Amino acid sequence: MKFSHAIIEKNVLLLAVLSLLTVSIGGLVQIVPLFTIESTIERVDGVRPYSPLELAGRNIYIREGCYLCHSQQIRTFKDEVERYGHYSLAAESMYDHPFQWGSKRTGPDLARVGGKYSNAWHVAHLNDPRALVPESIMPTYQFLNRPLKFEDYADHLKTLRIAGVPYTDEMVAEAVKDVRLQAGALPDADTAGLLARYPKARLGDFDGKPEEVTEMDALVAYLQMLGTLVDFTRINPEDVQQ
Amino acid sequence: MPTKIEKDATTGQDTTGHEWDGIKELNTPLPKWWLYTFYFCIVWGIAYTVLYPSWPTLSQHFSGTSGWSRRGELAETLAAQKAAQADTRAKIVATPIEEIRKDPALMGYVQAAGRVAFADNCAGCHGAGGAGAVGFPTLADDDWIWGGKPEDILQTITYGIRNANENSRISDMPRFGADGLLTKEQIGDVADYVLSLSGTAADPAVLERGATVFAENCAACHGEKGEGMHEMGAPRLSDGIWLYGGDRKTVVETITYARKGSMPAWIERLDPATVKVLATYVHALGGGQ
Repeated sequence: MKFSHAIIEKNVLLLAVLSLLTVSIGGLVQIVPLFTIESTIERVDGVRPYSPLELAGRNIYIREGCYLCHSQQIRTFKDEVERYGHYSLAAESMYDHPFQWGSKRTGPDLARVGGKYSNAWHVAHLNDPRALVPESIMPTYQFLNRPLKFEDYADHLKTLRIAGVPYTDEMVAEAVKDVRLQAGALPDADTAGLLARYPKARLGDFDGKPEEVTEMDALVAYLQMLGTLVDFTRINPEDVQQ
Repeated sequence: MPTKIEKDATTGQDTTGHEWDGIKELNTPLPKWWLYTFYFCIVWGIAYTVLYPSWPTLSQHFSGTSGWSRRGELAETLAAQKAAQADTRAKIVATPIEEIRKDPALMGYVQAAGRVAFADNCAGCHGAGGAGAVGFPTLADDDWIWGGKPEDILQTITYGIRNANENSRISDMPRFGADGLLTKEQIGDVADYVLSLSGTAADPAVLERGATVFAENCAACHGEKGEGMHEMGAPRLSDGIWLYGGDRKTVVETITYARKGSMPAWIERLDPATVKVLATYVHALGGGQ
């Protein structure tokens, strides 16, 4: 029998059912691969949720629109790997909501800027980029030397927990104290707990003003941990092979 | 259903053979070149998805029959480059910097690789060409804080200054004002004395008081005449070259709060050959001793 449109076109219910089936193919092709997204994230050690101070810095990074000029994604090209370090892994941004991969490099990529410069450099550079890099067109961020509002960071952690970031009850309970602790505003306090919760967290007074937690502290703490969590000297190449 | 394909009288073209209430339409097929390009693209697309990583599967993705992957290709490119330079780099690691400087082939490599590595890693603080900035020493002159001999520079780049590395260079200038070691007047006197070492004139009475404070508090590291000491990372104070500024206000601030500039231990980020290349390159910037 030759196929005829006539049957479908004259039967409204059949038309509706078949239209739905056709349209759903398009949807399924886009949606089903997302069910397997876990398998695209490499299993590497070291990636942990952001400490509250780093998270505050990250929020400032987003607020100031740093992503408009700085990417956080080293692509699998020779020139990028030679300049910035090991290419970025999906696992490294698995706790980012939203991720900061960016799409524009007016400034350099920041995916592995952590530890590359000293805290003093970051502070001096944010205060006046052209004092250190004469050809820079980055704006000055002197206003970040103001106090950081961090009383509500337990709520920030709770919110991210809803999005799937594995913050524990202990992390939430200690959030506000951890901000002060990491920024060096609680001298002589025991930082062992903080470091157990957030291994490799950079401690210290980032901006040279120990008595006060500033937005500068938070942003520098965030910049100094970028790309430092995964130890690439110990990684098995096959684990990151796709 | 196409019923009857006719020739249209006006245009001489075939009709499609469809008819709706007496209305017929002309059949204008796609150009052949377009059609075959389209078919070729379909064939290309299928071949591509067979050869290269493409379709998602339930737990992974189909990785293609050619075995190509972006990350694999990168690993091969880097391995090939590493192999091509392996001899030169091994030689650089094994050769003392004095010897490298005498070998034109190695020095050529150092100049090329050093320029790139310096721009990537050092220029952020020390400026393009090692020009320096406030708080970050100039590397193109012969004024060295931790020493300008090849092995000193290599040590400084490898382990850095005042960082978490156990071999890091460390010295700790006391915060003479903030910690109450000296009074405000004493700091003022010694600041004037320090400035006089590089030729700034001041009241002799002040200088005399400043000289006493200097001898008791500063000379142990900075030397009797402010000539500096590389082992302590104590800068020379008598040459008119200032790291944080040579106006009186800045010198007073430096004595009051001390300065603790730091530098990363580059061996934690770079391989030994690159560190050696950088040390040789910095030594050759103009000020190496």
